[in-house]
Amino acid sequence: MTGKLKRLLALGAVVLTTATLAWAGSDTQPKASGAPKPVITKSVKAEQCVEDTAYMRRNHMKVLDGHRDKTVIEGIRTKKHSLKECINCHASEKTGSVAAAKDDFCVSCHSYAAVKIDCFECHSTKPKGSMAMHPLNAETAHLKHALAVNADVKVSAEEMAKVAQ
Amino acid sequence: MSEHDTKSEKEPNSPERRRFIGAATAAAGLAIAPGVMLYEVAHGRPEEQAASSAVRWGMLVDATQCATGCDDCVSACSTENGWTPVAESRHPKQAPQWIRKLELQDPLTQMETNLPMMCQHCADAPCVDVCPTGASFKRADGIVLVNRHTCIGCRYCMMACPYKARSLVHESLNDTQLADVPRGMGCVEACTLCVQKIDRGDGNTACAEACTAAGHNALLFGDMNDPESEISKRLRELPTKQVRADLNLNLGVRYHGI
Ligand code: SF4
Ligand code: SF4
Repeated sequence: MTGKLKRLLALGAVVLTTATLAWAGSDTQPKASGAPKPVITKSVKAEQCVEDTAYMRRNHMKVLDGHRDKTVIEGIRTKKHSLKECINCHASEKTGSVAAAKDDFCVSCHSYAAVKIDCFECHSTKPKGSMAMHPLNAETAHLKHALAVNADVKVSAEEMAKVAQ
Repeated sequence: MSEHDTKSEKEPNSPERRRFIGAATAAAGLAIAPGVMLYEVAHGRPEEQAASSAVRWGMLVDATQCATGCDDCVSACSTENGWTPVAESRHPKQAPQWIRKLELQDPLTQMETNLPMMCQHCADAPCVDVCPTGASFKRADGIVLVNRHTCIGCRYCMMACPYKARSLVHESLNDTQLADVPRGMGCVEACTLCVQKIDRGDGNTACAEACTAAGHNALLFGDMNDPESEISKRLRELPTKQVRADLNLNLGVRYHGI
């Protein structure tokens, strides 16, 4: 390595360090490249979450984890700690979902914290009965046209229930 | 009686009057005639109560009533549980199928038999035996389920099941799942006996409801542990078979007319 190149590198390092110190020292400096802060929209359906808000922010995953085993394995379907009720309360008014747009309740915080949500690989992100907003899945995407034509002859789950009664 | 009447005239909301009305309603519900119920007693249990082994859910399929060309049970299942009907799937050979309609013909006599085939909810389930993670399990009330939180998609259970009852979800479902029926790519699934409906207290499955609504009455769902249930009574009267009874799996689905 030549002496000239060494000097150049040293200069570069000094410049970088100075810039970092200047940025850290100033309060007014805007965080140009920081991650956008999560948007937390208060649920319109209730005043207070089923647990204390601060507790839920840190522990919602533990609460859900305990409840899911009780529900799946034992068949206990209490509403208090069920994911379905989280979705019922927190689905966004705009998208009807907790995870469809980047500002939706679950996604907003999770992308800020860079924690992948696995829940919605299997669970619907929307409250019950909002099927109209569901996109077609990989299996049915090619049927977009047929589905639109037949939309009004499809039997809904509600209709099925009525027929049975 | 007269005492009750005078009291109720004086104080319309007296506790005596309420008790009397309550008793009268209960009597109307139960005692139409000996042995005849005005309404079917629902099997709903409180939501905080776990499924109990006092109950064993089962199904009686009357193949003599199952109609040629009808697949109302299959479409009702697909609607209730949110799986794409096989005919509409882009990959029919690997499309999940929770219940399917079989039309069989005796090669010697040409006699045709129709029947729906689905998970038989084995009491000694091979799928549960082979599952390496414990994801395949039998709930206390006899329903065999897959816990998708622990299923790794190895498909051992699909190989072990003698009834080809299970499917793997191959493709992402892109949030088309129903709120009551979580399901997803990489997990195995099968008939759940409409566990979400049972836990809600509906006391029936979507397929049986559809079959009854179509007037075929080939499917009867109920509690096989309750000697007074409709299914237990029918099982006492009718000759029924378990498919591959030689395997000794004690099936929750019984067939008549096969
Ligand atoms: S029929 Fe197949 S999937 Fe159902 S319980 Fe038996 S072995 Fe398991
Ligand atoms: S596919 Fe899932 S349920 Fe089936 S054996 Fe493997 S882990 Fe168990």
